[in-house]
Amino acid sequence: MATLTAPVKETRKFEEQEALITGSEAIAVACKLANVDVITAYPIRPYDTVMQYMSQLVADGELDCEFIVAEGEHSQFEIVKHASACGARTFCGSSGVGWMYAMEALTVTPALRIPLVALVGNRTLDDPGAFGVEHNDALSVRDLGWMLVWVDNAQEALDTALIAYRVAEDRRMFVPLAISCDGAFLTHSQSLVKIPAAEQVKKFLPRYDRGDLLLHPDNVISVAPQANEDWVMEMRRQNYAVTERACDVIREVYADFERIFGRKYGNPFFEEYRTEDAEIVLLGMGTLSTPVKVTIDKLRQQGKKAGFVRLRWFRPFAGKEIAKSLERFKAVGVIERDLSLGSPDLSGVVATELRSAMYSHAKTRPPVLDFLCGLGGREVTVEDVEKITDLTFQAAKGKAEPLTQWIGLRG
Amino acid sequence: MSTTYVETKPTQELEPFKGVKKVPYAEYFTSGHRTCEGCESAQFMRLIAKAAGPRTIITGATGCMYVANTSYYATPWGIPWMHTQLGAAGSSALGVAAALKSMMRKGEMKDEPINVIAFCGDGGGADMGLAAISAAMTQADYNLLIVMYDNESYANTGIQVSSTSPFGVNTTFSTPGKKKRIMHNRWKKNVAGLMIAGHPSCKYVATVSTSYALQAMNSVRRALTIGGPTFIHCLNPCPKGWDFDPATALEVGNLAVNTGIWPLYEVEKGELKLYGKTKEIAEGRFKRLPVADYLLRQGRFAHFTDEDLAYFQSQVDDMWNNWLIPGVIPLRKQEKNAAPTT
Repeated sequence: MATLTAPVKETRKFEEQEALITGSEAIAVACKLANVDVITAYPIRPYDTVMQYMSQLVADGELDCEFIVAEGEHSQFEIVKHASACGARTFCGSSGVGWMYAMEALTVTPALRIPLVALVGNRTLDDPGAFGVEHNDALSVRDLGWMLVWVDNAQEALDTALIAYRVAEDRRMFVPLAISCDGAFLTHSQSLVKIPAAEQVKKFLPRYDRGDLLLHPDNVISVAPQANEDWVMEMRRQNYAVTERACDVIREVYADFERIFGRKYGNPFFEEYRTEDAEIVLLGMGTLSTPVKVTIDKLRQQGKKAGFVRLRWFRPFAGKEIAKSLERFKAVGVIERDLSLGSPDLSGVVATELRSAMYSHAKTRPPVLDFLCGLGGREVTVEDVEKITDLTFQAAKGKAEPLTQWIGLRG
Repeated sequence: MSTTYVETKPTQELEPFKGVKKVPYAEYFTSGHRTCEGCESAQFMRLIAKAAGPRTIITGATGCMYVANTSYYATPWGIPWMHTQLGAAGSSALGVAAALKSMMRKGEMKDEPINVIAFCGDGGGADMGLAAISAAMTQADYNLLIVMYDNESYANTGIQVSSTSPFGVNTTFSTPGKKKRIMHNRWKKNVAGLMIAGHPSCKYVATVSTSYALQAMNSVRRALTIGGPTFIHCLNPCPKGWDFDPATALEVGNLAVNTGIWPLYEVEKGELKLYGKTKEIAEGRFKRLPVADYLLRQGRFAHFTDEDLAYFQSQVDDMWNNWLIPGVIPLRKQEKNAAPTT
């Protein structure tokens, strides 16, 4: 059972605090600081500990919020969608097939310009029913207008949740945002987190103002009438315009975050680790960053020049920026915690999108290898990463096949 | 110190309209839709909006009252309206109600009673969205009204069977053919009965008909005034789907009631009240018309044989003769002189 740590429960008005908390608890305290109005819950591992924390916060009067336990994920996401249309700040979440059960609701949410913030506790899709981490759940909405970001530690989870509300609720955006936390590895593991003061958050996060899109008797509008080929394309173009603006808005918000909270993330879209003089880089999302960084350090001691790029924002995908960064390396090894069965070269989603960006924007064409690893919650071990870097170094020397490989598989 | 377990916000005090001539002129659902001639579902939308008045937010699930009713670049709605998904009437109502409650309590919005209504067709209500409606009916903290307009099919997609389609009916998914005359052998689901029997927090359930327009409006007003989660099921004759002369929609609606097929009642806080011809039937003051009078008026039953009509009649007779509460609860009536079972 999830019990709140004291600093999460009793956030202070003017003082920053520090606490040893999980990724889920970090998201919960962010929602509390953001003064969310409506939350819907439905149980599925491993995201649902965040909702256990929310329940406790509401019950203790620490957060004034409607807390509704829905009868399924479809309803869960429909409820907050309409609550948001009426001007409420909303929070929701799911994992794995639960997220898929909500798919219809997830599909219409960005089209309706709803700034919902959701936690995806990344989980393998059934079947078989497995609880461990894979990224396909969150990735499944990548074409629909959702913003997608992966975090790799509890501090980043908290910070990104606050950033998420600011970005999503920006009138230039008004689209939903899913924060992905690796199931178990981040949702359930603890690290030291600085919890900002409530007053600091107030400075950073203005009220959600839906303006002339608000559903209210004082504003008689009809939202989402049925449309046909005479108007749908123009409506889609509006959603598209959001994606054209997204990177700039994100940059603005991160700059403001740094100004107010003093924590610097640098380039919001991806983190670079020891890439300055690297020959090859690895690339991945989420908590695999820990074994990767450990391995990079180990290899550096051996004189091997490897680096790591951790992708944060998957949507918008800062393709040009990533390509400009990666073109200088001799080879790229993507560590892929998802599948895209039947794709070009049978690679996963991340490698496929990366190659597309490289093709369009990179001056040179380093080989981009894809390593399917850590699926179903299996650990990405230092040993795995050593093997991956080895193979990537070989690719740099000319052995760039096969393009997709399985790492850490039995037999 | 006593605990308040359930806390609802005050509702609007909507007095019943005391007669057709006392119904206000203002329309909150007007031209701007493209529904069929004689569409009783659209008529019901008009009645709902008129009954609820301007301090209302309404969500509408996909269906005829979406696709035929609210097509961009027009809208018939004079109250704020939002589309919701086919199975999401229940969840959309909860979302709106929760937002209003939260923001009003936190001072983020002016505090006033705003009606929350969500509508769905029989497809969205009796089938896909049943779980969401049921869940909404358990949420005692919220004032919301779910209305299900029942044209006994998935009308919008071209008339396919739903769980409320009558036995044996001809629809595009239940076509009478050479080998099988009766493709749809399911009996109509009693959705209002489900709401009454299974949801202690639901304080108002009613069955209505657009042929009884005044009562339909007053049921809406009663539900909105009582507060908490409430449910209304309306039978809406559909000239296109049922195949009858659109000018006779009112008559067809009356026949559904007068044959005893569609009983009219309200259940308010556990108290049952029959009304209209249903009340007269129950009190023995009106003899039910034969079901054939109603069924054979509609092309969708043109394939019925005498045997089919007799079977249909027997089921309706069984309901009126043997159910504990006809149209509401299908438990068998106890024999008066039966020995006690314990």
